[in-house]
Amino acid sequence: MSVQPILTAGIDPATADATWHLDDYVRRGGYAALRKILAENITPEAVINEVKKSSLRGRGGAGFPSGLKWSFMPRVYAGAKYLCCNSDEGEPGTFKDRDLLRYNPHQVIEGMAIAAYAMGTERGYNYIHGEVWELYSRFEEALAEARAAGLIGQNILGSAFSFELFAHHGYGAYICGEETALLDSIEGKKGQPRYKPPFPASFGLYGKPTTINNTETFAAVPWIIINGGEKYLELGKANNGGTKLFSVSGHVVRPGNYEVPMGLPFAELLKMAGGMRGGRKLKACIPGGSSAPVLPAEIVMDCTMDYDSIAKAGSMLGSGAVIVMDESTCMVRALERLSYFYFEESCGQCTPCREGTGWLYRVVHRIEHGQGRQDDLDLLNSVTDNIMGRTICALGDAASLPVRSFIKHFKSEFEYHIEHKKCLVPPEVQREGSKIYVRPSQC
Amino acid sequence: MLSEDALKKIDREVNKYPADQKQSAVMAALAIAQDEKGYLAQETIAAVADYLGMAPMAAFEVASFYNMYELEPVGKYKLTVCTNLPCALSGGVDAAEYLKRKLGIDFNETTPDGLFTLKEGECMGACGDAPVLLMNNKRMCSFMTTDAMDQLLTELRAEPAGAKS
Repeated sequence: MSVQPILTAGIDPATADATWHLDDYVRRGGYAALRKILAENITPEAVINEVKKSSLRGRGGAGFPSGLKWSFMPRVYAGAKYLCCNSDEGEPGTFKDRDLLRYNPHQVIEGMAIAAYAMGTERGYNYIHGEVWELYSRFEEALAEARAAGLIGQNILGSAFSFELFAHHGYGAYICGEETALLDSIEGKKGQPRYKPPFPASFGLYGKPTTINNTETFAAVPWIIINGGEKYLELGKANNGGTKLFSVSGHVVRPGNYEVPMGLPFAELLKMAGGMRGGRKLKACIPGGSSAPVLPAEIVMDCTMDYDSIAKAGSMLGSGAVIVMDESTCMVRALERLSYFYFEESCGQCTPCREGTGWLYRVVHRIEHGQGRQDDLDLLNSVTDNIMGRTICALGDAASLPVRSFIKHFKSEFEYHIEHKKCLVPPEVQREGSKIYVRPSQC
Repeated sequence: MLSEDALKKIDREVNKYPADQKQSAVMAALAIAQDEKGYLAQETIAAVADYLGMAPMAAFEVASFYNMYELEPVGKYKLTVCTNLPCALSGGVDAAEYLKRKLGIDFNETTPDGLFTLKEGECMGACGDAPVLLMNNKRMCSFMTTDAMDQLLTELRAEPAGAKS
C-alpha cells in the first residue's frame, strides 16, 4: 500500500512539534504555489478551474465541491469580501485540524492566501476552536512570520494582490462549527445559525460576500496548484479526489491521524491504527464524526473510506472521524453520552432541537438506567421525526441520526435493557474495555 | 476596572476587525478579562461592553452562551475533563472519576482550599490523546494516565500562591 502524503508531507512525527516555522515550511517546498501564481500571473479563474478539476470536496463534513463553492463568490463587487477558515473542530472524534495547525500552520495560511486571490478577497479570519488555545497562539506566531516575509498583508511579494489574515478564537460552543453560527460568532454575538438563503457567498460576515472552508480543505490547495488538479484527483478515486486525514479514536491500539488516499478500505485503515485493542473484536464504527450514523462491524468492514462508499452503506464520511468500538461497548451507554452532548450543545434557537434533544437524552438515559418503557424505542424514533428537517441548521439532524442508527442496528441491545433493566454487556467487561488507556509507548 | 495590560491586549484584538466592528473583539476581550479576574462578574462584563461600545446585555449574551466563560468564581486551577464518547472509550470517564476521588469533589465543585475546580467538558478536538483535560482553558494535557494526573496535581500544588500559569 503506497501512500503519498500531501497534507503531512515531509513532516517527521518525532520532530513535528518543532518544525512548524516558516523556514521549515519553505524547506518542504512551502509557498511555492503562491509564488508561482503571482510570478506567472495565473488568473483567478484558472486557479478555481484547477481546484474544480481536482474534485477536492469540503473536508469539514459536508463534502461540498470546493471549486464550485469558490465560483459562487461574486467576481465584480464593490466593497469588502471575506474569507473564513473553519478550524472550530469540535465534532466528537475529530482532531485532524489540530495536527494541521500544530505541525503545518503555514500550509493553511498559503491555502487561504491562494483562495483569497482566486476570489478577490482582501481580508480573512481563521476561527480556531477555543479549547486548542496553544494552537491559536501558534497560528498568531505563524501569521507574524508570514507577514514579516511579505507573504500576507499589503502587496504580497511585490504584486498588486493584498490579503490580511487574522486569528479569531472560539470559547466553547460546538454550534460555531456551523458556518453561519461561526460568522455570527466572529461578529461578536451568540453563535446561532442563520436561515439560508441568503447563503454566505451573497450575505456573509458583516453582511458581505463570504466563503468559509475547512482547515484541511485549505491545506490541500497548494499541492493542487503545484501538481495540477488531475494529479490530485488520481490520488483518490473518481468524484473523491486526493488524500484525507482520518482521525481514528476509540478502541484501537494506536489512536491518531492517518493521511491516506480516498477510497482506502476501512480494514486497511484499522490496520494502520494498530488494529483492535486487547485482542477484542470490532463491534461498531462511527465513520464520520459523532453525527454520522453508526455502522455495525460487518457493514463497515466492507466499506472503503470515501464519500460515496460510506454513503452507500448508510452513513456519512463527514469529517473523517472514525470512532471505533469493540465488543466491550454497551451501545445504549454510548448513545446516551452522544445524546447528552447534543442536548448540551443545542443553541436553543429552534424549538424542535432545543426540546427534542432533551427528550432524546432523557429517554436514552432512562433506558440505560433500567427505567426504560416498552414503547420508548417508538417514542425515540417519533421524536427524531419531529426534529429532522424542521430546524434552521443540521444540529437537529446530527442529534437524530445517531439515535435512529443505534436503534436500527442494535435494537436487541436496547430491547434487552428495557426488558431486563440491565445491560447485555456485563459491567466488568465494559469497565475493562474503556479503562484509562496506557499506550504501548507509555509503558 | 481592567489593568492597562489587559486593555492593551484588548486593543490588539480590536485591531483585527474593521473599524466599525469593535464588537467582534468581545469574545477575546471577555477571555482576557477572565484571565485577569478569575471569572466574569457582572461588572467585569459591563466594563468590557463599555470599552467596546456595546450594550452590557449583548456582552452578557456572549459570556453566558460560550461555556468556557465562568460567571461564578472558580478555583485557582480549573480542570475540565472530556468525557465525550471517543474519550470515554479510552478512559475519559475513569480519569474524571479518579480526579473526583483525589480531590474529594464532584463536577462543578471547588476544593475547600480554593485550589481546584473540576468540570466535565465536551469535545476538545483531541480525542486521539484521550484521556485529555484542559487546565484553566489554556493548557491541554494529553494522555492522562493516573500517574500523569498525580504529577499534574503535584506540580500545581507546588506553584507559589498567587502565581497563575
